[in-house]
Amino acid sequence: MSHGNMNLTLKVWKQKNKNEKGRFETYDAKGISPDMSFLEMFDVVNEQLISSGKEPIAFDHDCREGICGMCSMYINGRPHGPKQGITTCQLHMRSFKDGDTIVVEPWRSAAFPVIKDLAVDRSSFDRIMSAGGFVSVNTGNVKDANNILIGKNEADEAFNAAACIGCGACVAACKNSSAMLFVSAKVSQLALLPQGQVEKQDRVLNMVKQMDEEGFGNCTNTGACEAECPKSISLENIARMNREYLGATLTQNK
Amino acid sequence: MSKKAGFLSSSIGKKFIMGITGLFLISFLVVHCFLNAFIFFNDGGLMFNIGAHFMATNWLIRAMEIVLFLGIILHIVQALVLTLENRKARPVAYHSTNGAANSKWYSRSMGLLGTLILMFLIIHLAHFWVVSRFTGIPTEDANGHEDLYAVMQVTFSQLWVVIVYVLAMISLAYHLMHGFQSAFQTFGLNHKKYTPLIKALGLWFSIIVPLIFALMPIAMYAGWVK
Repeated sequence: MSHGNMNLTLKVWKQKNKNEKGRFETYDAKGISPDMSFLEMFDVVNEQLISSGKEPIAFDHDCREGICGMCSMYINGRPHGPKQGITTCQLHMRSFKDGDTIVVEPWRSAAFPVIKDLAVDRSSFDRIMSAGGFVSVNTGNVKDANNILIGKNEADEAFNAAACIGCGACVAACKNSSAMLFVSAKVSQLALLPQGQVEKQDRVLNMVKQMDEEGFGNCTNTGACEAECPKSISLENIARMNREYLGATLTQNK
Repeated sequence: MSKKAGFLSSSIGKKFIMGITGLFLISFLVVHCFLNAFIFFNDGGLMFNIGAHFMATNWLIRAMEIVLFLGIILHIVQALVLTLENRKARPVAYHSTNGAANSKWYSRSMGLLGTLILMFLIIHLAHFWVVSRFTGIPTEDANGHEDLYAVMQVTFSQLWVVIVYVLAMISLAYHLMHGFQSAFQTFGLNHKKYTPLIKALGLWFSIIVPLIFALMPIAMYAGWVK
């Protein structure tokens, strides 16, 4: 063990597939550098498991720079671990102490069935997007950038909502497994801009309908989603979606 | 099925019902608290009994009493529906959770706080509503009104009743602390200028109204009002 390295105990959820019952298994993570990311620590543990002929721990990961949203780990009771505004790949081992026991679970939601161990199926989010999270206006050729004037505030708010990476931490953090923060961010990013406003009524009605059908829970405004969101998506988006939904229900001419 | 018909059965629509019934019950609290505070005139309950007599005989108030019960029932039934759905949305529970890191405990405990308030409500209705509507108030005051004030004095001479009422008002305070501002968020009323005002108003309301209510049994038990 080199100087400053840590020895940790991991309690990790192991589950063969969505139909089997899962259980916790304990692993030793020895000689972990505090400069490693949480995922790199898992890489080390998995390499040791593979070389000793054991099955590695399945977990999702892709970009490892906080923009893909794949690394769904519920660490010590919080999505993406103890720090705010980051994903699991951006969490470093220096956030833990030598000798710590770390509990790692998958996102737990009926709408996110476990594929294996810590990897969950988030295609329910994709189906919500397919229900209305797009602009189907034929825009023709490339136009001059400032053809449509958009106020700075609207542009900023739309951009902040569009920062959502669809990781599902909001659902994982919510005591009700509600997907309201995700859906409202997607509704908002389009409803705030001129190109998206054309279809905003159908969009909000269809996306909320799909959200309910996927089996997510109901929002009780605890604010846990906003606090745990790696992109700090604001609760204002949920209020906007509630407004849009009521307005669309009352005025839609169908 | 048309989309319009689906509003009240949608997740957002159900929350609207919680918010609307919640704010309606809050409006009831204002009236109830205002009239009951007449005991602090400390005039042997004469003013209070005038208020109680008005409430008991005014047809509009009697009609609103029915609406009030319907509101309470709707609030409870909808809460149960939402809670059951939310349970179903997470069939396997987390082994460890750290809710304190991301939200207030009372915002996560609305069901528990609401249940405590409901248990209090049953006791409270048995103490006063059943007496004034059905079994009858035994005595009259100097003005010839039913002496509901005397019923209060007898009820609040028991220490356990005072303790139960004070604990219930603490539950109510925390329930309101989340519920008041949460209703506005549900209605989509979130604005950089007004949300801080709504939150501040909600906090003060949640402290002051239950405090005034809690002071009633305390004041009677301690003999501050006679």
